[in-house]
Amino acid sequence: MLDIGLGHYLTLGAIIFTIGIIGIFLNRKNIIVILMSIELILLAVNINLVSFSIYLNDITGQIFTLFILTVAAAEAAIGLAIIVIYYRNSGTIRVQEINKLKG
Amino acid sequence: MIIHSIFFYIFSIIAVFSAIMVTVSRNTVHSVFFLILDFISISCLFIMIGAEFIGMIMLIVYVGAVAVLFLFVVMMFNVSQQNNEQLREKKNLNHIPIGLLISTVIFFELIIVAGGWKYKPELLKSFSSIGIDSNTTNTHEIGNVLYTDYIHVFQLSGMILLVAMIGAIVLTFRKREGIKRQSYFKQISRERNEAVELVDVEKNKGVNVDA
Repeated sequence: MLDIGLGHYLTLGAIIFTIGIIGIFLNRKNIIVILMSIELILLAVNINLVSFSIYLNDITGQIFTLFILTVAAAEAAIGLAIIVIYYRNSGTIRVQEINKLKG
Repeated sequence: MIIHSIFFYIFSIIAVFSAIMVTVSRNTVHSVFFLILDFISISCLFIMIGAEFIGMIMLIVYVGAVAVLFLFVVMMFNVSQQNNEQLREKKNLNHIPIGLLISTVIFFELIIVAGGWKYKPELLKSFSSIGIDSNTTNTHEIGNVLYTDYIHVFQLSGMILLVAMIGAIVLTFRKREGIKRQSYFKQISRERNEAVELVDVEKNKGVNVDA
């Protein structure tokens, strides 16, 4: 319990990943919170990569964390741009009212 | 060692709490603030575990750029009005048990994977291809590997950022109709007789402006 090892960090990553997935499933507010949940999921993946990198004594995990950071920033920018133009066209970003594709 | 575990528990409890608050908080601005708190505590964990460069870069990229971008976009929308609409209708809640079920299954799968590492410890030794040299700093190590072995992936991620930037600009760019813009030619060529009209006002009548 007091000796922090790889398992503790992996458990923390699993908890945050699950909270992100719950945020996507249960969200009925606006679509920005869904983007924030995706950021949480990417954060959990980063936790896993960095803790494996430290405990397995291999620097490659931290390199790939940098790339995930890049992709997360690009994804946030593109997603928010899409949300802005959707709000401009239809006047709402609530999840229930976004049904233009009839999905 | 006990200090390390105390700090680990403090930061991870803050991280899990703020992650929960991101998803359940009613106000979207509060969600963004809890997201910032989450990123900060996770980057504290990274600095504590020995990945200082990643922790600092996470502070810069996530807190300094991504979260502020979220904050700008949230403040552009009329979030408070949408919250009121959401409070009014409380129907159609049958997605909650299915979502919780699937999330629980995913969580236990991840826990099983994490526990699998514990019971096969010889896996931990056989992977290490590029070791971490304890004589150099973390940043030095990352630079040594990032600009040699992963140079093509590095340039590719730069291309991804370029494409994201161009895409965001192209998506949100528009020429507005019906907006008042400054026209220097109109301003300079404005004459007195089309701007001022002299009216004889009768007593107790006033001026009819619309005519």
